[in-house]
Amino acid sequence: MKIIIAGDGKVGETLAAMLSAEKRHNITLIDTRADVLEASVSAHDVIAVLGNCATSATLRDAGIETADLLIAATGNDEVNLLCSTVAHAMNKNLHTIARIRDPEYAGDAVRMRSHFGLSLVFNPEKQAAEEIARLIRFPGFLRRDTFAKGRTEIVELRLEEGHPLIGVTLSALPALVKCKVLVCAVLREGEPIIPTGSFVLCEGDRLLVTAPSENLSLMLKNLRIVTHKAKRVMLVGGGRLSFYLAELLDKSGIDVKIIEKDSARCEALAANLAHTEIVCGDVGHRTLLESEGLRSSDALITLTDLDELNMLVSIYGTNWGVPQVITKLSHVEDSKILDTLPVGSVICPRKLSSSTVLRYVRAMEKKAGAAITVHSLADGAVEASEFLVTEETLHRGEPLKNISRKRNVLVASITRHGVTLIPDGSSAFEVGDFVVIVAPSEAGIDELNDIFA
Amino acid sequence: MNYKMMGRFFGVILCLESIFMLPAFIIALADKTGRVALGFGLTALICALLGALLLILCRGAKSDFFAKEGLVCVGLSWILLCLFGALPLFIGDDIPSYIDALFEMVSGFTTTGASICPNVEALSRATLYWRSFSHWIGGMGVLVFVMALIPVGGKSEGFTMHLLRAETTGPNSQKLVPRMRQTAIILYLVYVALTLLCFIFLVFDMPAFDAFCTSLGTAGTGGFGVRNDSLASYSPYAQTVTAVFMILFGVNFSIFYLILLRNFLGVLRDEELRLYLSIVGGATLLITLNIRTLYGTLGEALRHAFFQVSSIITTTGFATADFDLWPSFSKAILIFLMIVGGCAGSTAGGLKCARLLLLSKSFIRNIGRVQNPQKVAVIRINKKPVDEKLVTATSAYLCAYLLIALVSFLLISIDGFSVTTNISSVLACFNNVGPGLEAVGPTRNYSAFSDFSKVVLILDMLAGRLEIFPILALFSTKAFRRG
Repeated sequence: MKIIIAGDGKVGETLAAMLSAEKRHNITLIDTRADVLEASVSAHDVIAVLGNCATSATLRDAGIETADLLIAATGNDEVNLLCSTVAHAMNKNLHTIARIRDPEYAGDAVRMRSHFGLSLVFNPEKQAAEEIARLIRFPGFLRRDTFAKGRTEIVELRLEEGHPLIGVTLSALPALVKCKVLVCAVLREGEPIIPTGSFVLCEGDRLLVTAPSENLSLMLKNLRIVTHKAKRVMLVGGGRLSFYLAELLDKSGIDVKIIEKDSARCEALAANLAHTEIVCGDVGHRTLLESEGLRSSDALITLTDLDELNMLVSIYGTNWGVPQVITKLSHVEDSKILDTLPVGSVICPRKLSSSTVLRYVRAMEKKAGAAITVHSLADGAVEASEFLVTEETLHRGEPLKNISRKRNVLVASITRHGVTLIPDGSSAFEVGDFVVIVAPSEAGIDELNDIFA
Repeated sequence: MNYKMMGRFFGVILCLESIFMLPAFIIALADKTGRVALGFGLTALICALLGALLLILCRGAKSDFFAKEGLVCVGLSWILLCLFGALPLFIGDDIPSYIDALFEMVSGFTTTGASICPNVEALSRATLYWRSFSHWIGGMGVLVFVMALIPVGGKSEGFTMHLLRAETTGPNSQKLVPRMRQTAIILYLVYVALTLLCFIFLVFDMPAFDAFCTSLGTAGTGGFGVRNDSLASYSPYAQTVTAVFMILFGVNFSIFYLILLRNFLGVLRDEELRLYLSIVGGATLLITLNIRTLYGTLGEALRHAFFQVSSIITTTGFATADFDLWPSFSKAILIFLMIVGGCAGSTAGGLKCARLLLLSKSFIRNIGRVQNPQKVAVIRINKKPVDEKLVTATSAYLCAYLLIALVSFLLISIDGFSVTTNISSVLACFNNVGPGLEAVGPTRNYSAFSDFSKVVLILDMLAGRLEIFPILALFSTKAFRRG
């Protein structure tokens, strides 16, 4: 597919990297900054066009007439809208995706899609806020990804010191947690492993566990991991993400306090968030955090624009015993380093929205047989994809133990008539089943039949 | 430095070289020249084994690959290619000294066409094929060929950009299409098609083997002929066809891509192409006027002038006349053309018209700045503003170019030839032209130089073909440090 990405910022660059690694796409990047483009061209197999992406001349240079998809991901909502509108006028068959993130437009997003002929609107900050809200409402996990309309989940757990699962062999796990769960991948020192029954868990491992949603809370209870619902949450930094999150948490009846340095921004937040406490101050001073009651908060979420400040404040929070800490990081990628720091769950908005776009691209490519949802787990090393079993699927009705499958590919769950099963050797695929497959990203599982050897 | 990844490239290149030698081996067997066949057969075997060994040893390479690796990888690949490429000539006894054989093959791969052979007609046909083929593969670049052939794989495919930049010519190499592999395939398809066309035009009027070797030499803008008098004894038709194709191979290959896309306006408006064609036209006119008394008719003078201009500006180095006997003004024009060279992104050598264009615009701007220091001016090429970094880089390139030319001139002067010989041989080698003036003129050769001078000229040829920095990088100890 021929894809044009307008805006070579954080999101644009991540998308270019992900899409060009898929080999099937030809990618053209547009930006007004020559040095940024230069860096992208020498890092990924893409071509670059210098110029304003909202002008028809630049779009023509990028070959809009023959393109299949335009992703407008500049930092400016208005430019993104103009860019997609102009592009659409030049090529009627073009699919357009735009990033719209200003809260003032958020309510219009649905209407915008029909007005401007957009195929998809994405909002990284809003998406990240929803992700964080989900983690807060169900504490105990670093991350949750849902499949099969929310009936199956893949959650991420880290085995901290003293965790009851340390030293446990995987085959003994169901007896210990007294319900059916499946460890589909383990991240040990940054390396993804698809484990077998004889695998022994160690301290510091990050587990990706799949189970029907109801079993997950049972698992936490049986492991005696005590979690209580957050009542008081402190947000550090008052950007767009904080605004979206405060709104969401407020709806769930959680008390939110936002600390923001810029007084004008504080005024604006206070004007729009009636029930949220806004504090104007510099979180760089730890006395402020203390006096605003960080110790008694149930959760700390660091959302400033500075990754290093977010990490620092999160480390304070963890050391002071805040039960749940979530850190937003925009730039830092190295999970090996992050694993050694007590910063709690890490949220990266651009990765979240990139996977949304990636899903759309995959769906565009193959109308039938393509994954319904794709979650990239463990920093992109592992992918969990959900497929629908159709008439096209091979080996239907045969027990899994009799089918030869590719190495390192795991059937994580089968959802049939709304009931989720953890598959074993005797399970089989039937038409209408939703199947979740976990595999390393490089295995290239694009449709369900790809898992068979 | 990512040695494993580089090792894999070297392995692939050695395997490819072994495949390239097979036709020469078959020709030698068919001609029943046993010693030559042994030379090619043995070298092909060594290359294949060594290449396979490298590929096995360097499995599981990491994909980190940056500009530094790209430069060093291209420089070393070319040296490796030449070192092994020279072996068959040496083992086959066509050229008994290894340094001479190396000079001949470096001159081949870098598309220089400077020879140390006093009698080309005495060489075996296998060696003649190998010399001409080295022009062809060296012209477009062997790593570009590898990229067209083999998908690199891995997430960081972008690093191939460093290889493309280091191997293709011109100040600002860009891809034609988003995918590097497709870019390389398009480049080679255009190249193969034009070469075939050249061969078809020539084969009417020449023996097939001669036509084949001449079209390979024309395509790579190399200049090795199969006769002692280069192209002088062929018909005017063959000479004119060759001249026209030389001009075509001196054009930026992205122009041919634009033609394929039917973007004719873009072709007509290309400033570099206009400059290139006007230099060719102007030089032909001036030389014709200058030499018209030497030849019977104005037509003949025009034909020789046009052939020589196109041969020298594209840095091919074929000759139909001994231009060493021409008046000084004509020789001065030819020296100027040697330095200018063809267009960026072509198979030609020299400074390139794109750089000349940029440097003259920058020069004019600097004059304006002296008169009006506060003036803000942006250089434009093809109506688009040029990044200041590119202007600086091009000026730096000119400095490096002049320094290397001067130092080489000093070094080869030790041999005691005339100043004209020394200057013209350095310029002819460094710009990948081939024939120079006086002792290295079109009817003479480089065999008289000492081994030391030959090594200096070998390095000049490599530096000229790879545009200096990949070769300079090999001399920087920093490049080889770990990390």
